[in-house]
Amino acid sequence: MKAASPLALLALAALAASPALAASPGPARQAELVHLLRQDCGACHGMRLKGGLGSSLQPADIAGVDDDILVKTILDGRPGTPMPPWRPFLSEDEARWLVGYLRQGGKNE
Amino acid sequence: MNRHAFLRGGRAAALLLLLTACAGGAPSPEVRGTGDLGIVIGRATGQVMVVDNDRRRALAMVDGLGDLSHASAVYSHDERYAFIAGRDGGLTKVDLLRGRIVKRILQAGNSIGLSISEDGRIIAVQNYKPGGVRFFDAETLAPLSTLETGSRVVGLADAPGQRFVFSLFDTGEIWLADLSDPRHPTVRKFTDVGREPYDGLITPDGHYYIAGLFGEDGLDLLDMWHPERGVHRILDHYGEGHPPLPVYKMPHLRGWAQAGRQILVPAVGHHEVLVIDTDTWTEKARIPVAGQPVFVIARPDHRQVWVNFAFPDNGTLQVIDLESDTVIDTLHPGRAILHMEFTPRGDQVWVSARDDNKVLVFDTASRKIVATLPMPSPSGIFFSDRAHKIGL
Repeated sequence: MKAASPLALLALAALAASPALAASPGPARQAELVHLLRQDCGACHGMRLKGGLGSSLQPADIAGVDDDILVKTILDGRPGTPMPPWRPFLSEDEARWLVGYLRQGGKNE
Repeated sequence: MNRHAFLRGGRAAALLLLLTACAGGAPSPEVRGTGDLGIVIGRATGQVMVVDNDRRRALAMVDGLGDLSHASAVYSHDERYAFIAGRDGGLTKVDLLRGRIVKRILQAGNSIGLSISEDGRIIAVQNYKPGGVRFFDAETLAPLSTLETGSRVVGLADAPGQRFVFSLFDTGEIWLADLSDPRHPTVRKFTDVGREPYDGLITPDGHYYIAGLFGEDGLDLLDMWHPERGVHRILDHYGEGHPPLPVYKMPHLRGWAQAGRQILVPAVGHHEVLVIDTDTWTEKARIPVAGQPVFVIARPDHRQVWVNFAFPDNGTLQVIDLESDTVIDTLHPGRAILHMEFTPRGDQVWVSARDDNKVLVFDTASRKIVATLPMPSPSGIFFSDRAHKIGL
């Protein structure tokens, strides 16, 4: 594993400081969310999140996109593309937790 | 190779080892065929399980195939070797009899599937990154040639006449490649065929290629006997008047369900299976089903079609009767049903239940589970009779 990039550390610090942490899902729900991400988001984005029909979700590839936009994309999809809205299956806090997980390259398992 | 040569030396030893390891009983120097063999992809662990579909058991577990999310497989003509393309661009040749990898290469950054030529000598791999199709010698996996497309490639199928046909997701094209000279492919391109083709199928006789569109309601039809006649839109605007529903997993067309003079395909963004009349290439019926269909596959006798579904309805399977074009059974066999494969005569269907870590074997007449095989995160199931089917 590579050393954490400054960007990832920054994201980690931001995550730790953000009020979202208070609403972080519990460990069992986190495991479900990671499973959803790897297996079902993975149907398009790849199990290792390197992209496929969907774009890559590797930290470097989403570095230029704000958290809020990523959260909104997860919840509401991207109209005009195959990305569907996942709002029926997870809360905003859970989507935000997933964004944090993606920022760290999925290494907080 | 004759029988005596096969029984000599290392090959016989390896075969013996396989049988000893798997049967659990006394070793016997059996010589066996491969017509009842197949593989199951373990998407999360980079494994494939070699199975015997007559005895409904695992023969070997092969490790080291990389990222097998969205993996698919084709077979050598002798039904001994499986070629597997994985998401990570890996192309792996597995010997079913020895239960091990013969050769593995990384041929691209992101790959989505493969086909084998009519003569069995060329493996074609469709890639997302870099977008294109690469051709390899089936014996050695040595590269032969590459077609760069400038787009992600979907819906690759082999066709009679040493041809391959595929679609381009990003640019809305269909390309027909002639590999008569494997090092110098020639291509006929069909442009402006529609927005975002997502997959394709070739009819079992190799006569027609059909590409499904994601970006608009309709399918593209290409007569492979008369490519000079061009690509025609069929079932245009099939979703009209019904706003599309979210699609949580792209449907697949490969694996086709042609039964008599009809082809059944998943609608996109609609919880329906579309029935196409192949005499007129118009919509004959639409069958309401339990969710977004992913695979729509005909039992080999063409009397039934089995359908699985995208998340969140991926615990359900439905069976459509083709005399009445109606759903006659709804099953809830497990969690995350990703794929199903019929045995060559259709008496069984093998079903992967990803989140239950099981492969379920159904008797297709009673629709009861007759065997269960443990397997971590199973996905695609591919039996060796695909070796002799056009487009598979």
